[in-house]
Amino acid sequence: MLLTKIPMSDAAITALLGYAIVFFGLILLMIVVVLLGKAFIAAEKRHAPVAPVAETPAPAPKTAPGSAGGVKLHNVEPKTAAMLMAIVANKMGKPINELRFISIKEVDE
Amino acid sequence: MNIGETLLKLWNDSGFAKMISGFMAEGGWQNLVMILIGCVLLYLAIVKKFEPLLLCGIAFGCILSNLPGAGMYHQGLWSCYVEGIPYEVLDEAGNVVKTLTQDTMTFTDILHYGGLLDIFYIGVKTSIYPCLIFLGVGAMTDFGPLLSNPKSLLLGAAAQMGVFAAFVGAILLGFSGNAAAAIGIIGGADGPTAIFLTSKLAPNLLGAIAVAAYSYMALIPLIQPPFMKLLTTKKMREVKMEQTRKVSKTEKIIFPIVVTIFVALLLPSTAPLIGCLMLGNLLKETGVTDRLSDTVQNALMNIVTILLSLSVGATMVGSTFLAWDTLKIIVLGVAAFILSTCGGLIGGVIMYKLTGGRVNPLIGSAGVSAVPMAARVANKEGQKANPANFLLMHAMGPNVAGVIGSAIAAGFLLSVFG
Repeated sequence: MLLTKIPMSDAAITALLGYAIVFFGLILLMIVVVLLGKAFIAAEKRHAPVAPVAETPAPAPKTAPGSAGGVKLHNVEPKTAAMLMAIVANKMGKPINELRFISIKEVDE
Repeated sequence: MNIGETLLKLWNDSGFAKMISGFMAEGGWQNLVMILIGCVLLYLAIVKKFEPLLLCGIAFGCILSNLPGAGMYHQGLWSCYVEGIPYEVLDEAGNVVKTLTQDTMTFTDILHYGGLLDIFYIGVKTSIYPCLIFLGVGAMTDFGPLLSNPKSLLLGAAAQMGVFAAFVGAILLGFSGNAAAAIGIIGGADGPTAIFLTSKLAPNLLGAIAVAAYSYMALIPLIQPPFMKLLTTKKMREVKMEQTRKVSKTEKIIFPIVVTIFVALLLPSTAPLIGCLMLGNLLKETGVTDRLSDTVQNALMNIVTILLSLSVGATMVGSTFLAWDTLKIIVLGVAAFILSTCGGLIGGVIMYKLTGGRVNPLIGSAGVSAVPMAARVANKEGQKANPANFLLMHAMGPNVAGVIGSAIAAGFLLSVFG
């Protein structure tokens, strides 16, 4: 153990070197993570099923005055969806009819 | 049976008598002050809710080790083990039974002659508790935000500025290299890492450093916001970040394995901390070890927290804690936190400029570990600037990167001074 006091110049060099080592380590790790991510995205694309040719979308139904349109629910109860929309509107500080929710989907982890 | 003699013996054996008779000469006043400090810390933990899970134990450990005559913690035993100061074991009559020296002393002597808190403290000295805490932290951490935005790692690195700045500051204030390294790591804002490094480099400062680290972590919502406003413009804070890609389960499983191998090969001294952190995360992500993941997140984490906090509190003995060095550590600790926050924010501003304003620099402040408190503060400040701003998941990336960054910083300091 180095229990003695060290000169200021040594301390400054140690600090700079240490900070550089932290950056070096995390930059290398970042490169590894980026490469890993790219490999996974490429693999996902290879295994993804070919999407069917999209049909011409039907014209959107006319909405009631003041309404922001419909919302598609996937595995979500209408009651839960209403609660979620109310929370989001409250957090954003905007009236709910000024927001447009496209769809709400329960994500399974 | 002589009732008078019995009562006199009871009185002489009591801590009150010991405190009064040795009030000035044997540090009785110091014990009293430390018991008061313990009570203040308990107040902060219970009433003000400053990291109560840890501070309660630390404060109670402080009270227990400063009760004269209770013999729960013997600083002399540890001074002998660490610094080589001979320790005399006395019998009830005060005669020297055995003199322990550093060359021959082992943990068996601690088990034989130590008190309850000495035995608990073996877990700190051997780094078992910080590593087990990291196991639990790993099992509670989602590295998904980091994987979906790997640039977060740069912010985690930038936010270690306070560690090295406080190290230089401590040298300026007259601390030894070892002590300065242990003080600097407060800037990593990571309790287990601070305890891990301090128990190896400057065990005599463990109490002060742990209290400073955990107190400042609790104060992050007060410490960070002024510097967030100082170093960023309103336009920067308003930036809404795009949603990042979804990370696959396989990626999340491979990540802890890759990080362990990579970081431990780069800095082998970080292997215990990073290894445990990543093992905990692997247990969570595999999906086939749910029972183990549940145990390390809950039962094990709670048990180790009790043992760790009591042991750390026990080191707050009056004779070493009531010194100018403690005040210096408290000042250096807050400076380390502030500079780490500034380092992360500067990194965030640079990233904002380089990406043409697509990164909200506030997420840089979350690069100081303190998971998830620092990320929450970044999210809150972002919402103050723009109520439609949800930065939490974006800030979690630098936040968990900070944990890895502070472990690397600790590994570097351990390699240099260990």
